[in-house]
Amino acid sequence: MSTIQVQALHKKYNGLHAVRGISFSVEKGEVFGFLGPNGAGKTSTINMLTGLARPSSGTITIHGMDALKHTKDIQSRIGVVPDESNLYDDLSGLDNLSFCASLYGMKKADRIRKARELLTSFSLDAARDRPFRTYSKGMKRKLTIAAAIIHEPEILFLDEPTSGIDVESARQIRRLIRSLHDQGVTIFLTTHYIEDAERLCDRIAFIVEGVIVETDTVSALLSRNKDTREVAFKAVEGGRHLHDAVKQRWPDVTIRAVSAEGIRVVLEHETSIMPFLKLFESCGFDLLEARIIHQSLEDVFVSITGIDIDRLEKAREAEST
Amino acid sequence: MNRVQAFLSILSKDMKTYYLKPPNISWGLIFPLAWTLMFFIRTEGDVDVLELLPGVMGLSILFGTTSMLAVTITFERKQRSFERLLLAPISVNVLMLAKTSGAILFGIANAFVPVLMALLLADLSNVGWLAVLGGVFFISITSTFLGLFIAVSVREVFEAQTFSNFFRFPMIFLCGLFVPIGDLPLFLRPLSHILPLTYGVDILRNGIEHTALFPLWLNFGVLMLFSVGLFGLSTRMIKKRWIL
Repeated sequence: MSTIQVQALHKKYNGLHAVRGISFSVEKGEVFGFLGPNGAGKTSTINMLTGLARPSSGTITIHGMDALKHTKDIQSRIGVVPDESNLYDDLSGLDNLSFCASLYGMKKADRIRKARELLTSFSLDAARDRPFRTYSKGMKRKLTIAAAIIHEPEILFLDEPTSGIDVESARQIRRLIRSLHDQGVTIFLTTHYIEDAERLCDRIAFIVEGVIVETDTVSALLSRNKDTREVAFKAVEGGRHLHDAVKQRWPDVTIRAVSAEGIRVVLEHETSIMPFLKLFESCGFDLLEARIIHQSLEDVFVSITGIDIDRLEKAREAEST
Repeated sequence: MNRVQAFLSILSKDMKTYYLKPPNISWGLIFPLAWTLMFFIRTEGDVDVLELLPGVMGLSILFGTTSMLAVTITFERKQRSFERLLLAPISVNVLMLAKTSGAILFGIANAFVPVLMALLLADLSNVGWLAVLGGVFFISITSTFLGLFIAVSVREVFEAQTFSNFFRFPMIFLCGLFVPIGDLPLFLRPLSHILPLTYGVDILRNGIEHTALFPLWLNFGVLMLFSVGLFGLSTRMIKKRWIL
């Protein structure tokens, strides 16, 4: 039996259809990623799974229990990291963790011991007695994750865990997620960072505008377009000239991207890059680079969802500012 | 056991982060003091401390409790730390009882500031302390739950303060705190009877001045009904509005 089983889940807010009949399952001990742009329905889904929102229709079963009927039983076995760090500004790191543990019935000695352990493993030892409001964004994120796992939940829900934090903290959080995975914790992760999904998840669901468009293992997704390769060409003359030359010679060739420096061309099956090199030489272009690009999850995401990757990048930039 | 522990943890956290903060302690002391001094200065001739005491106690509780709830609930909701409590494996009823207990205790403490002052100025040997304690307790509960109802009805802290005043200021004049209900214009008197503070202050008058409009059982009964009603309404609103 799956640890999480979702069937035909819908969520409407004042006429806005945030989630449109999604179905998926998460197996025990799996890291399951929900990947999609902002506003795709990721947080609405996590809120329904954790009991912070009621589905408009559909069913959620967690550990074999109906999540709508046994919300509190389920909440005792899950940990939730929201998309914003929401601990108490006036409490110290240690007090915040101890308070969160107390809500799950942990005895005082146990919660203090566990809180200290977590503070050490998250490199927050030196800041343990400082009020939460004095923490940096990365430190706040780490403490929020520590607060979600202090009661040792069987399932951990992480909503955009590395969003808007520094590189080192993000790396530390990824290490922690891997370590929890190794300990057998089932992890449900939402992100709009494709690299996070690729590095951390066993399986990924692509969600766009409230609909799951694809669910598969990372390796299966990556092998989808294995017959298709892309080659990046860069020339002094720039991408527009390369584009025009290719299109004039082979109108059916797919050009994935055109930039100021060059182009990205899709090579079907065993097509060689030699004809392109000859073409550019005959045109007198001063070629700077010809590089075969291996298919990334980002490419698969773009080809399946049709989403402009720039949209994701802009969302990231907006978030980091 | 988990519920008791969670209840005590939330109460102790609120005490530490809100109620025992120096600004709130000083506010809890200054507010009743200011009310008392205002009546001393404005009253011509001899001041009857015992006559003023129930009204000042009632006001201190009302303002203390309703103001604090706007902070402890509306602010936490705005900061999203309230979500953390909604995600904990405790019922909304236990959670809200824990969140309001601090305000109830704060209200009770506020009520006794004017009593300590009155001890210096008047003979309180004839006071029926049991009725006074009961009155203070129930005024604190109903005022806190009124504050809770206000806090769950709004989104912003400033809205909570504004909405509180919509209830609080009419109560100063309509609940028999300083103007006897019998002296109010006839058309305003029905309003007095639908406000919980009227019954709370009547209990205090019963204990302090040994005069009352209504029998004690009726006063306590009405306050209990108000408490249950306001708490039930508030928790229903939380389940409906906050768990979307």
